[in-house]
Formats: sequence, C-alpha cells, structure tokens
Amino acid sequence: MATEVLAPLPGKIVRLNLEEGKTVEEDIEIMVIEAMKMETSVYAPCSGLVEKVTKKIGDEVEEDELIAVIS
Amino acid sequence: MTAPLYELLKTTGFIYLTPGMVIMWCIGLVLIYLAIKKQYEPLLLLPIGFGILLANLPLSGLMEPEHGLLWKFYEYGIHWEIIPPLIFLGIGAFTDFGPMLANPRLIFLGAGAQAGVYLTFFAAQAMGYNIMEAATIGIIGGADGPTTIFLASKLAPQLLGACAVAAYSYMAMVPIIQPPIMRMMTTPGERKIRMRKGRQVSKLEKLLFPIISTFLIILLVPASAPLISMLMLGNLFREAQVVERLKLAAQNELMNIVTIFLGVPIGATMNAQVFLQPKVLLIFALGLCAFMASTITGILLAKIMNLFSKTKLNPLLGAAGVSAVPMAARVVHKVGMEADKKNYLLMYAMGPNVAGVIGTVIAAGIFMTLLGT
Repeated sequence: MATEVLAPLPGKIVRLNLEEGKTVEEDIEIMVIEAMKMETSVYAPCSGLVEKVTKKIGDEVEEDELIAVIS
Repeated sequence: MTAPLYELLKTTGFIYLTPGMVIMWCIGLVLIYLAIKKQYEPLLLLPIGFGILLANLPLSGLMEPEHGLLWKFYEYGIHWEIIPPLIFLGIGAFTDFGPMLANPRLIFLGAGAQAGVYLTFFAAQAMGYNIMEAATIGIIGGADGPTTIFLASKLAPQLLGACAVAAYSYMAMVPIIQPPIMRMMTTPGERKIRMRKGRQVSKLEKLLFPIISTFLIILLVPASAPLISMLMLGNLFREAQVVERLKLAAQNELMNIVTIFLGVPIGATMNAQVFLQPKVLLIFALGLCAFMASTITGILLAKIMNLFSKTKLNPLLGAAGVSAVPMAARVVHKVGMEADKKNYLLMYAMGPNVAGVIGTVIAAGIFMTLLGT
C-alpha cells in the first residue's frame, strides 16, 4: 500500500533526504521545512520504498501538498 | 592657576557626573551587549541601550524640552502618537490572519491571554501604583511593544522607558520564560493532542477581514482606533495584492525608519533620576509576573474550552495568546514537538498569536476609555 507524504505545514524545503528507489525507515528525518524563520523536521510516516519524490530542496510548499510517495 | 582650569572643567560634563549616571551606563551597555551578543530584540534594544547612554551624559541637552534633539524625536514621534501606529502599519502588512480565520475559536485564546494584563493591573494598584501607572504596567503582560509604548505615553510617560524595556526584554525571553510554565500546566497527554486541520480560507475572506474588523473594533472600542486603523490598513495593503509597493514600504523602509526614531528616544527617557527608583525597578518584576500570568491564563482557557468541546485543542496553544509574534507560536511548536515529534503546532499557534496582537490593542483601548484620556 502506498503512503503519501504530505507537507505538515507551509514553508520552504531546506533539506530533503528522500531519493526515488531508496528505502526509508519509519520515524527517521526525511526533510526539514523552514517556516516562520524556524526549521521543523519531518519524519517518515512508515517504512518502505520511496516511489516518487515530487519536490526538491528550495521549493515552497503549501500545507498538505504532496511531497513523496512511500510504498 | 587652578581657577581658570576649574572654569574650563566646568564647561565639560565630567564634574557633573553622578554614580546614578554610571549605573545607567552599565544598564545601557548591558542592553547593547544583549542586543549584539545574544540578539535579544536587537532592532529595539540596541537603539534603546544607546539612548540610555546619551540620556546620562550631563549637559548634553539632548532631552531638554523644546530644544533637545532626542526630546523632539520623543515629543513628535511618541508623544504625538505617530510612531507606534506606524509600526502597527508595518505589522499589519506582515501579518497573515489566515491561521486565525481558519480556526476562529482560537481567537478566544488570544483574548484569554489578556487576563494577565488585568491581573497585573490589580496587583500593581494594590502595591501602590496609581491607576494610570498600574494600567501601563499591566499591558506589559500582553507582550506587545508598540502598544505598551502607546499606552505608557498616554497614561504614565514617567514609566515609559522602564515599561518598554521590560516589554521588549521579556518578549526576547519568551523561549526561556514560557516553556517551564507550559510544561507545568499541561500533562504529556495534553501536549500530544494533534490539531485537526482548519478550513481553507478564501482570498475574499482575507480581504474583507481588515475592513470588517476595523469597523467592528473601532465602533466597539473607539480609543483603540489609532493602532487598529493602522494595523488593518497595513493588512489591507497586504491582502489587496494591488499595492505591492505600499505593502513593501510599510514592511521595510517605513518600519525601519520609525524603528530608529522609536528606540533612541525611549532609551533617552531613562535618566538616572527617573529610572533608579524602587517604584520603577519593580516594574520589571511586575512585568515578568504579567507575562507569566498571561501564559497561564491562556493555557487555562484552552483547557476550559476543551471541557465544552468535542474536538480537543492542544492547551499549549493558549500560551501563544501573548502577542509576541511569532516567538510565542514558535515556542508552542517546540514544546509540542518535545512531546510528540510529529505534532506540528506552528501554524495553529499563529492563530491565537495574531489574535493576541488585536487583543492587547483592545485591552489598551479599554484602559484608555475607562481612565478617561
């Protein structure tokens, strides 16, 4: 089953540790979003294979915007 | 031989120095140090600190009524109520009221945190401050610099320097003052409460908000008009999206210019004679209490709201009701993440945070109305 990784808050992606084709473990830091001049870590919702990454470092994201799909 | 030398010396400031002045230099230097080294509200504490140094150099005449340079800045900038409203114009241009509109019940939390203002008002009165001074001290609890300055200049100009420095210092220390209170007032379970997504806020709503709230708030509390009108005008610049230049000017150039003219004369009101009195120094203790009380009442209100509502609020959000934007919201976010690293409270906390700005202005307006200025 595929799990979508959504932006939990609006801001700018300053770090992104997701690569298509690589696997991630649940709860590891997958990206950092900067909002209100503060960096917030975002953690993997589940373990699995990163199927798709739709954003890159420097992108501005809205709340709930799709960032990646993990299966 | 010594007589002419003495005459010469008399034209200099040296022989007029007092120990009080030297103490004030130290205070000024500490503020400058905190501003530069610790980056505590440097935009304000740096000019305030320098203003304190200037105010405590004898014979300079900088604060001499009618003639002194800094007196003119003070008189025409602050006493004439020009600078604090202009700062609010900039704040309005910066502020996105979206998070508040998305979750309107968070507005109550911004109001709840104003209880600290009133608690401190009564406490200060009980301690022997007159009613005007007590109101000025209480407003520190709202954690809003320009509002504190605005109210002080109207009600208790003799306390303006101390109240402004107290307000800005405590705002800078939000990340130190608030978290222990927040942890004490909430259980780990409460801190882990995740907020449900707010609704989408349309562009039209954001556009109408400054216009409608101007009408509503000024009709309700007319004395808040100077600050609210400018705050909402700035916000209208932002949301109208057709006056980008005005928005940017209000946010940057104008804001920066008035900030220079705000800080220095505030520091300059703090000469040793006025400042080094127990009554003035006690303001720092009372201001801290006001701040803590606001944090506590904000959290308590969130808990009370939870008793009556099915969708639970994270009570930490109550602490963001103090109007230190966005520091208080960031603190809520951090404390929330300590309990649950996947709990993202930042944008929810912005709701009570910006509501707190409006709340503090209204609280100040109520004081001005009741105290008849």
